[in-house]
Amino acid sequence: MIHKFSMDGVNMVLDIYSGAVHVVDDIVYELVDDYKKYSRDQLIQKYKEKYEISQVEEAIEEIEALEKEGLLFTEDMYVDYLSQFQGRNPIVKALCLHIAHDCNLKCKYCFAGEGEYRGHRSLMSAEVGKKAIDFLIQASGNRRNLEIDFFGGEPLMNFEVVKEIVDYARSIEEKHNKNFRFTITTNGVLLDDDIQAYINEHMHNVVLSIDGRKEVHDRMRYTVNHKGSYDIVVPKFKKIADSRNQTNYYVRGTFTRENLDFAKDVLHLADLGFKQVSVEPVVAPKEMSYALREEDLPMLYAQYEELARELVHRKKEGQGFNFFHFMIDLTQGPCVAKRLAGCGSGSEYLAVTPEGDLYPCHQFVGLEEFKMGTVFEGIQNLPMQKQFQACNVYAKDECKNCWAKFYCSGGCAANAYQFHGDIHIPYKIGCELEKKRVECALYVTAKLAE
Amino acid sequence: MKHIKTLNTATLKKSMAKGGCGECQTSCQSACKTSCTVANQSCENN
Repeated sequence: MIHKFSMDGVNMVLDIYSGAVHVVDDIVYELVDDYKKYSRDQLIQKYKEKYEISQVEEAIEEIEALEKEGLLFTEDMYVDYLSQFQGRNPIVKALCLHIAHDCNLKCKYCFAGEGEYRGHRSLMSAEVGKKAIDFLIQASGNRRNLEIDFFGGEPLMNFEVVKEIVDYARSIEEKHNKNFRFTITTNGVLLDDDIQAYINEHMHNVVLSIDGRKEVHDRMRYTVNHKGSYDIVVPKFKKIADSRNQTNYYVRGTFTRENLDFAKDVLHLADLGFKQVSVEPVVAPKEMSYALREEDLPMLYAQYEELARELVHRKKEGQGFNFFHFMIDLTQGPCVAKRLAGCGSGSEYLAVTPEGDLYPCHQFVGLEEFKMGTVFEGIQNLPMQKQFQACNVYAKDECKNCWAKFYCSGGCAANAYQFHGDIHIPYKIGCELEKKRVECALYVTAKLAE
Repeated sequence: MKHIKTLNTATLKKSMAKGGCGECQTSCQSACKTSCTVANQSCENN
């Protein structure tokens, strides 16, 4: 399978099953579609009017050479390979701890229902948190690197418990030959110097929630008094980002139908001095006014293209920043096993509620039918864990034939369930945006390699 | 080559040899929490 696209005169051809990425001229870009359909002579006949025969011959020879090297028209060789991994007993290596089902902001688009997750306000106790650590150590088999994400609601509303959990995990990691990596996500309202110092000492990554321009941010992210939170959080976020030398963090925003020109928000965050930026499409029920619609896609594509061009420009000027979804490392990226297996939700990645209940991921929390067990008793619903483990790109009809499957690994199971009631049917708008982001990311890579 | 510039080699195919150790970061843990992308994750086994 190949996929080709052209942007601003840069023609790209991807060989999906080898992972090779090629930048090609106009002749090859046209010819590659016909290469498998026609003989060499037929190709020359077809293209001789438009291009010189010698050029057509050269193009054919180059395509032939790449095919021989296994860099074009590579066949799928991963279905059997995948079965080796699917047969393994699932292990858990990452937990999202819902430290606080409560929040000090009332964000309009919050999937967590202002922190309550279809339930009541509650805070995780240190006891539950420590049990979660014990559960993870026990369920992780021989995996050494384990991840804990402190999530909410707003985790800073229960920060003393965060500290107790971190101390506990650190106190036993060596004994169990584990290496814990902690991440915390925060809206920034309660961030102060002490908390910043603690985060910098202990957290591998910190995710700072901000949507972009002040008017965009304040329209969605307001306090209980309906006052925007932009002015409260921006100085704190700038300070913590600088204190981490502009690495190992993300400012992370959400765009909605109310700011379809979201490229401006990404650039606004970059202009504020942030070097690690992630701004992502909202996933919301269709009936919400701010939910993205299929008719918005052309505008959103244009925004990603604009962003890609500007990113190239800024990087060439030495003013670059990282946009999470345009970061593709073509040489050191994840292995094919990871790309096939998906995000790991429900199998190697689980969410823990303040009460200690286990769910496939943070987005499933509160959907009682997805409760998988507790940190006290472990995973009770093993068939569900197996079902999530088997939810790989080959288990989804939409993904099997999609060129982007090794870049996105099958999309978000929670989004699929939310829109189709089935974790195996991907959310279409999400897929289309992901494909566009991958193309733009590859365009950026090609432009920077010129 | 005059007509084709290859930006990388057969990285996916090569990764079959030592892939699947599972020590890498979980994709959703890094930044996104909503939109799944794995291609920008890094390998712990390189």
